[in-house]
Amino acid sequence: MSQTNAAEINTDVVIIGAGPAGLFTVFELGLLDIKTHIIDILPRAGGQCSELYPEKPIYDIPGLPVVTGQGLTGNLMQQIEPFGPTFHFNEMVETLTSLGSQQAPSFRLTTDAGKIFNAKVVIVAAGGGSFQPKKPPIPEIAQYEGKSVFYAVRQMEDFRDKDVVIIGGGDSALDWTLNLQPIAKSLTLVHRRDAFRAAPHSVSAMQDLVANGKIAFKLGQITQVEGNQGQLTSALLKTNDGVIEKLSCQRLMPFFGLTMKLGPVADWGLNLNENLVPVDTEKFETSHPGIFAVGDINYYPGKLKLILSGFHEGALAAQKAHRYIYPDKKLLFQYTTSSTNLQKKLGVS
Amino acid sequence: MVKINFRDTAAYYGAEPGGGAPTKVKITFVDSHDQPRTVEGEVGSTVMETARRNDIPEIAAECGGACACATCHVYVDSAWSEKTGKASQMEEDMLDFAFDVQPNSRLCCQITVRPELDGLIVKTPSQQG
Ligand SMILES: Cc1cc2nc3c(=O)[nH]c(=O)nc-3n(C[C@H](O)[C@H](O)[C@H](O)COP(=O)(O)OP(=O)(O)OC[C@H]3O[C@@H](n4cnc5c(N)ncnc54)[C@H](O)[C@@H]3O)c2cc1C
Ligand code: FES
Repeated sequence: MSQTNAAEINTDVVIIGAGPAGLFTVFELGLLDIKTHIIDILPRAGGQCSELYPEKPIYDIPGLPVVTGQGLTGNLMQQIEPFGPTFHFNEMVETLTSLGSQQAPSFRLTTDAGKIFNAKVVIVAAGGGSFQPKKPPIPEIAQYEGKSVFYAVRQMEDFRDKDVVIIGGGDSALDWTLNLQPIAKSLTLVHRRDAFRAAPHSVSAMQDLVANGKIAFKLGQITQVEGNQGQLTSALLKTNDGVIEKLSCQRLMPFFGLTMKLGPVADWGLNLNENLVPVDTEKFETSHPGIFAVGDINYYPGKLKLILSGFHEGALAAQKAHRYIYPDKKLLFQYTTSSTNLQKKLGVS
Repeated sequence: MVKINFRDTAAYYGAEPGGGAPTKVKITFVDSHDQPRTVEGEVGSTVMETARRNDIPEIAAECGGACACATCHVYVDSAWSEKTGKASQMEEDMLDFAFDVQPNSRLCCQITVRPELDGLIVKTPSQQG
């Protein structure tokens, strides 16, 4: 084991991804007395179900004739509550390093928020990849990203006394317009149309700021940026009438929603097959002992990218995880219906 | 970009939608390098599904047709824009998350293939996600 300092989190299992597969794996591990920390880049649980189709009905969850994406997520959260998993939202797992041996694996994970986890077992439940901001096709924008072009605000102070341009018409664009306006030197909101898909009170607050001359609103799109060494000096606006206007600015924030990118999973030394992680179908373990992959991210012959597959995979992975975490304990097969031991864990006995 | 194939439940299970006598129409996808690809689309399915089944590039369709991702953005050829019709309110809202949106922009998961669309031409943008 490496040195552990107070800021580090030690746990049995880290689950990467809080989609349905990751969530149900918490349950299966919990029945086996295994504690979990679960990390997701999104601000909430549910993965694709809550991000892409919260209101849509799902018809093929066994025993639930119909449930929405959001409803299923809520049910899973309720189901795993007795096991008290610790959630770390808004954090992306960046590195995964192996420290232990084949028989006694151990791992160290770090997130983009600077947290460090030490775990005996890692479950990769990364689905279609991490949800990341969409980056607009503005030439050379990459050289400004993280310096003067941002897709999220990490430090408000960085926007103080700056000329800020925000692109978009959704909640993120409007929330940051309202939050940054008081500290920015100037703020221009650029959107393709004069309609907004955002909370009505944010829309009216923004419109008040425009009416009072506190911010500018422009109909059109940003097509080019100018500056040097990562520092923006201006952005070119093409208005809907085809007129080009130069907006002087030092900060630009585009808000075009999220897209799924495989992301850091590709850098962890796991075998990959067309962006999927091959596993066996007995334990759903990867080529690396102690690292399992469940849900949409894994691949094996016959794989179906369905929620129910992820549930089954999580249950079997948990059995093998138990052997790593409690090498001396024998695993008894038990039913939740009849085992008082399991019912005690579930808080129902 | 992670490609997600066939999100419609029927296709998950390998069944073809429609069931009855299939009616096919021709749809041409012109990519951002002006390369056209003409494929057969089934009446009742969507233009997005037609693209995915035929491995048309530049259509990501991450949400599988839920009108929730804006990665199935196309420009409808001007001769066809009347027949394809206007985007719904929900689709307009989602188009806010597409890049370089033009008056002829549509999310092609929201265009259902109908016999009148035989010959439809749509152009795909260089970047979806
Ligand atoms: C529109 C639509 C309809 C669908 N309908 C059905 C249906 O009817 N029935 C069905 O069974 N399935 C359906 N599916 C598929 C189903 O949603 C997926 O199979 C399921 O969500 C996969 O679950 P998962 O937990 O494996 O991954 P996901 O739901 O993709 O969750 C993975 C999570 O991991 C996170 N993550 C990834 N990498 C990192 C990282 N490095 N650090 C931190 N977090 C990370 C992501 O942010 C994400 O939240 C549908 C999908 C879509 C899009
Ligand atoms: S496929 Fe996602 S919006 Fe059309």
